[in-house]
Amino acid sequence: MEKISFDQLQEQLYHEKLDNGLSVFLLPKPGFQKTYATLTANYGSIDNHFVAGDGSEKKVPDGIAHFLEHKMFESEEGDVFQEFSAQGASANAFTSFTRTAYLFSATSNVEKNLTTLLDFVQEPYFTENSVEKEKGIIEQEIKMYEDNPDWQNFFGLLKGLYKHHPVQIDIAGTVDSIRQISKEDLYTCYESFYHPSNMVLFVVGNLEPEKMMTLIRANQSAKTFPESNPPQRILPEEPVDVQKTEAVIPLPVQTPRCLIGIKQPAAGLEGRDLLQHELGMQLLLELAFGSSSSAYQRMYAEGLINDSFSFDYTSEKEFGFIAAGGETARPDDLVEALRRELISLKQSGVEADHFERLKKKKIGFFLRALNSPEYIANQFTRYHFNGMNLFDAVPVLEALDAAYVERLLEQTLDFENRMTVSKVIPAGEASAG
Amino acid sequence: MPEAKKTKSVRTTVIPSSTFKTTTFVMHIRTPLQKEYLTEKALLPSVLERGTKHFPSREIIQAALEEMYGAHLTADAVKKGEHHILSFKLEVANEKFLKETVPLTERAVQMLASIAFYPNLNEKGAFPDLIVDEEKRNHAQKLAGVKDDKMRFANKRLAEIMCEGEPYALPVLGYEQQLEAITGESLAKAHESLLKDSVVDLYVVGDVNEQEISRYADQYMKFSSRPLAPIRSAFKKPDEVREVKESDEVSQAKLHIGFRTPVVFGDKNYFALQVFNSLFGGAPHSKLFTNVREKESLAYYAASRVESHKGLVIVMAGIETTQYDKALSIILQQLEDIKNGTFSDEDVSKSKAVLRNQLLETMDSPRGRVELEYHGTLIGENWNADNWITEIEKVQAADVKAAAASLELDTIYFLHGKG
Repeated sequence: MEKISFDQLQEQLYHEKLDNGLSVFLLPKPGFQKTYATLTANYGSIDNHFVAGDGSEKKVPDGIAHFLEHKMFESEEGDVFQEFSAQGASANAFTSFTRTAYLFSATSNVEKNLTTLLDFVQEPYFTENSVEKEKGIIEQEIKMYEDNPDWQNFFGLLKGLYKHHPVQIDIAGTVDSIRQISKEDLYTCYESFYHPSNMVLFVVGNLEPEKMMTLIRANQSAKTFPESNPPQRILPEEPVDVQKTEAVIPLPVQTPRCLIGIKQPAAGLEGRDLLQHELGMQLLLELAFGSSSSAYQRMYAEGLINDSFSFDYTSEKEFGFIAAGGETARPDDLVEALRRELISLKQSGVEADHFERLKKKKIGFFLRALNSPEYIANQFTRYHFNGMNLFDAVPVLEALDAAYVERLLEQTLDFENRMTVSKVIPAGEASAG
Repeated sequence: MPEAKKTKSVRTTVIPSSTFKTTTFVMHIRTPLQKEYLTEKALLPSVLERGTKHFPSREIIQAALEEMYGAHLTADAVKKGEHHILSFKLEVANEKFLKETVPLTERAVQMLASIAFYPNLNEKGAFPDLIVDEEKRNHAQKLAGVKDDKMRFANKRLAEIMCEGEPYALPVLGYEQQLEAITGESLAKAHESLLKDSVVDLYVVGDVNEQEISRYADQYMKFSSRPLAPIRSAFKKPDEVREVKESDEVSQAKLHIGFRTPVVFGDKNYFALQVFNSLFGGAPHSKLFTNVREKESLAYYAASRVESHKGLVIVMAGIETTQYDKALSIILQQLEDIKNGTFSDEDVSKSKAVLRNQLLETMDSPRGRVELEYHGTLIGENWNADNWITEIEKVQAADVKAAAASLELDTIYFLHGKG
């Protein structure tokens, strides 16, 4: 077991890669009541086309990673939630574009709960009957999101940005696509992506690393797994240009929504370089649109944005995009303003004082986030799958300079054929524009 | 757990902890939930964030927060039972994790005091028109936006219908018509009245020196707060069950059911009500989750929650419009089953284990600690996680049955799709 110290943050991280390929990270947090654990597969909604273990090419129904996440909670003995409750833990799971995470938090019976977590995720049990039953539940989950205008707008944006890439597919799939899912499909996906070598276990909380690692080793060495066979994903060729420049979604809303998206080329970086790139992009957006920027004050005063305004840079190995927007009474004017503000930042350049203040803000954000075991485990895992280390964020931030961010500004904010707009407008006004 | 210490002036409670990398300041300004100044109070937090006497614009406030290593400020108005509470929260990095030394704790108290007590008024003693107009526009969108969040909208409708004529029915964001009438002068008057008639509590969680906090509070928060008698909502036994169905453009119908109970926070039976709720619909092992969702596949979510200071239990489920009768009867049957004792000792111990875990987890969040303390403050008693857990442990199966029996079905609200 390897120990990595982050002195300034006063954190010690323990790591071991087990014989079966499972990567384990333990972060002791003295003073905390709870222990929080996530077991995450490097597998998400975008992994819908791949070469299966028998060498055959598989294209699976949309939403299957999320469906699989739901179904894992059923074991031969019944419902895993009951077991966690009896052991005083609260358990959950989530699926993103690129990850499926199973988690629990507990303030007692930590060893038992950890064993339950490892065992239920590593013992799939699906029956035709239970797969059919789950369809009704997930159908209601999909319908709940159909009534969520911000979610609809976000996927409207992704569909505008991408021609072929599966990131545009709703994580839960559609009512029609999940109806096609069979027990066999679930086993195929499970076998292709849930090998320990494609997973990370992260445990954070009031724990003793040696003792816990011993427990994990024993649990894992008592199980047999097939030879590790790295998943072979088949991703479509995605052009640099966007699929379309505008999408309009009529929905029964009181206030319209508007998002702009700028498609980014895959950064082609890894490790600390990728971290620097990601943090630099976030600072850049904060400079352009953050609540202390003059652009924010102007757009607010003109009535183009309200408290719901937000912006984000999403980057993974194969895709990246900027999204900005929120509720607005005048979507078209907001699009113009956002475009204008970016161009004007490009012309005026980065102001040194503002940049230094935002660096401080971002450092403060990380310190605050390190209070949260949930944030640490989830973000560490995401960074890890992309070859980065979460705890490097503060030193990398401290070393960032304005010149670097100005170069990013030059390279990335190229709107030519890369920008798309998605608007949710009150139903009935579709033709009024 | 270290004893929380109270100091004079603004009532200050310091909760010492070395677990966190930040210091959290929470200020609650509390008045009774009532029609007078309702919308003004709802609007005030966002106007106060637009500038103070010392930090006259949002840009200046935000820059000061950034300079304080990204201190994080939030301000909003919430209702707890029949209290209307303006909440200001500020979280700053603990100086010891930074390369340079900055007096962040003192600056945080200054900032919080400045925002709540020293507004940026013009020469006429009013809030500037320009800012009031902008925030009114923003607030109008928030009011309208409640309808875009169907779960929230159904909750609001249920409270309005079920508690008609009681303060609890008042919407926490206020009313559109009242909003239109607000001016810089009327808002300044509301702020003045708020400071005169409210109870102000300041909580500080972190690795801080208590004397230091008291000194800053005395220095920057000179304020004569009046004791407010605890508000106890009267229990109103429903005359008859109300069933209200409304239609809207929704993919998923919302079934929200309101029950009354005479049991509120501070009562002996309150903890049994919590254990009951955990078993009924408060956790994934609950009767609602296992029956409505897992067994019948009727919903993605089917849950219940307790409104501790009003004596309500609310059930919420998202279902197909056509499944109304079936879902309703299954939900009501689960309550009957608990009333009749159709549950095992293991169910009770599971529910207690889940609650105990939730309470202990609360301790890991600075805001969670404050929330727990504040429950006690609202009724003039001292409560912390340890006391809660002790009381939860005492609950027996018979108490859970009794808690279930204390529920009276009041209102069934159904928001369903058209056609």
